[in-house]
Amino acid sequence: MEYDFIVAGGGLVGSSIAYGLARQKYKVAVLDGGDRSFRASRGNFGLVWVQGKGWDYAPYAQWTGQAADLWPQFVAELVNETGVEIDYQRSGGMHFCLNEAEWREREREMEMVRQHTGGAFEYEMLDHDRLQQQIPQVSNTVLGASYSPQDGHVNPLYLLQALQQGMDAHQVHYYPNQSIDRIEAKQGGFYTHSTEGTLSAEKVVLCAGLDNRRLGEMLGMDIPVVVDRGQIMITERLQPFLNLPTLHVRQTAEGTVQIGYSHEDVGLDDGTSPSVLKKIARRAVLMFPFLARVQLVRAWGALRIMTPDHNPIYQQSTDCPGAFTVTCHSGVTLAAMHSGPVAEWIGGSSRPDLINQFSTDRFNVSPG
Amino acid sequence: MFRLVDETSVDTLKLSIEGREYDVPVGISVAAAVLLCGITRLRNTPVSGSPRLPYCMMGICFDCLMTIDGFPNQQACQLEVRENMTIEIQQGAAELLQQR
Ligand SMILES: Cc1cc2nc3c(=O)[nH]c(=O)nc-3n(C[C@H](O)[C@H](O)[C@H](O)COP(=O)(O)OP(=O)(O)OC[C@H]3O[C@@H](n4cnc5c(N)ncnc54)[C@H](O)[C@@H]3O)c2cc1C
Ligand code: FES
Repeated sequence: MEYDFIVAGGGLVGSSIAYGLARQKYKVAVLDGGDRSFRASRGNFGLVWVQGKGWDYAPYAQWTGQAADLWPQFVAELVNETGVEIDYQRSGGMHFCLNEAEWREREREMEMVRQHTGGAFEYEMLDHDRLQQQIPQVSNTVLGASYSPQDGHVNPLYLLQALQQGMDAHQVHYYPNQSIDRIEAKQGGFYTHSTEGTLSAEKVVLCAGLDNRRLGEMLGMDIPVVVDRGQIMITERLQPFLNLPTLHVRQTAEGTVQIGYSHEDVGLDDGTSPSVLKKIARRAVLMFPFLARVQLVRAWGALRIMTPDHNPIYQQSTDCPGAFTVTCHSGVTLAAMHSGPVAEWIGGSSRPDLINQFSTDRFNVSPG
Repeated sequence: MFRLVDETSVDTLKLSIEGREYDVPVGISVAAAVLLCGITRLRNTPVSGSPRLPYCMMGICFDCLMTIDGFPNQQACQLEVRENMTIEIQQGAAELLQQR
């Protein structure tokens, strides 16, 4: 076999896993698509986000909290190895509530996450006055916000660049424009076929995002992937006014303001639509009225890789042992987990306590 | 310095630049209109205050930012002239955070 591991997909998930495997001294190849692939890693919001995650599934709440706690160390090592600054800040984060109903719903979810994590998750509900003390620009129509000191944000493009340089530093072979057409399990290993030829490895990890369902079928894995489009707008650069990210509005280190948050089921279409952009803009202007006078410089759509219950999937194939998949939303937040404990699990050196809670078995509950 | 390539009878409209009225051809960009009217700077940079004119004329360089109808940071090369438009030279960075 040419490699210990072939990782299918070089987005944030595949790059985190490949980097983590290579740090364990495995010989790793990453086969990636090209510029026309669907690539959530190049179109996301950049939140390292804890608050609210897993309110309806305790293991995910715990998992996310652990991931966020690994971030400072993860960044220190990554920056040290690559010299790429990724604008990571564990600044805390907020979710604005515009009315009573939103506030009550939010408070309920935050409290559930706190209980699921045995109190490890910390939060506060800030009323308008306290919110305005922290963020003077906020509009009077905002009722308040949920705040957690455990949230943060990062430049997700620099994160991807750093991971890819980290891969390079550890001799990972990266093959762009080589989408895998077919994978075979034979002779105790795995063979990937693309237009550029065939590669072989002892083990394979499917991190191909939306293509994981198709690739999984070839290896006896049923990986339910759901598409969910989000749209984002970017403003011109502004003087700093927001020193922590909110779920809908985030000011980057460069000063641009990212405005987002939409969910749409439109199949494999990563375009934008005026009606959704209008809604996103309207909400942002309700929160920060001065944004109405600010210029937008870009807008885009990107496709989230969702699972039916929104929780990640970590699975080794029972039919073809040695074939794994990592399929998730929140691949930014979970990057620290993926390059550390998950890569070590796949590498065979340890098994995180919670990993069984994320197997595909949970989708196969037989009715009645 | 700049003049129309084809000066035969064009329709014109009225607009104001820095409070002065001008007649300019219909259908041209604000940046073209400003140049045509002989204005020698359309903004001052935020850092050194040095004067600027349009550079790329195609929406890429952001060197043509002006205050148009009261809205700052408009790319003059990307906007078509309209009747009664109010065009102002932009001084440095716009105060976008002012309004609450
Ligand atoms: C609008 C939006 C906002 C988001 N905001 C956040 C956020 O704030 N915080 C957060 O944590 N997460 C966020 N996410 C989610 C996050 O972006 C994703 O979880 C993450 O990028 C997924 O990474 P990935 O590598 O699995 O997928 P992708 O980035 O989609 O990468 C998949 C890769 O696989 C390659 N590929 C596909 N098929 C094949 C094949 N057959 N062979 C080889 N390679 C293949 C593709 O070329 C691609 O490079 C957001 C997502 C969206 C869309
Ligand atoms: S002149 Fe370059 S953007 Fe207008």
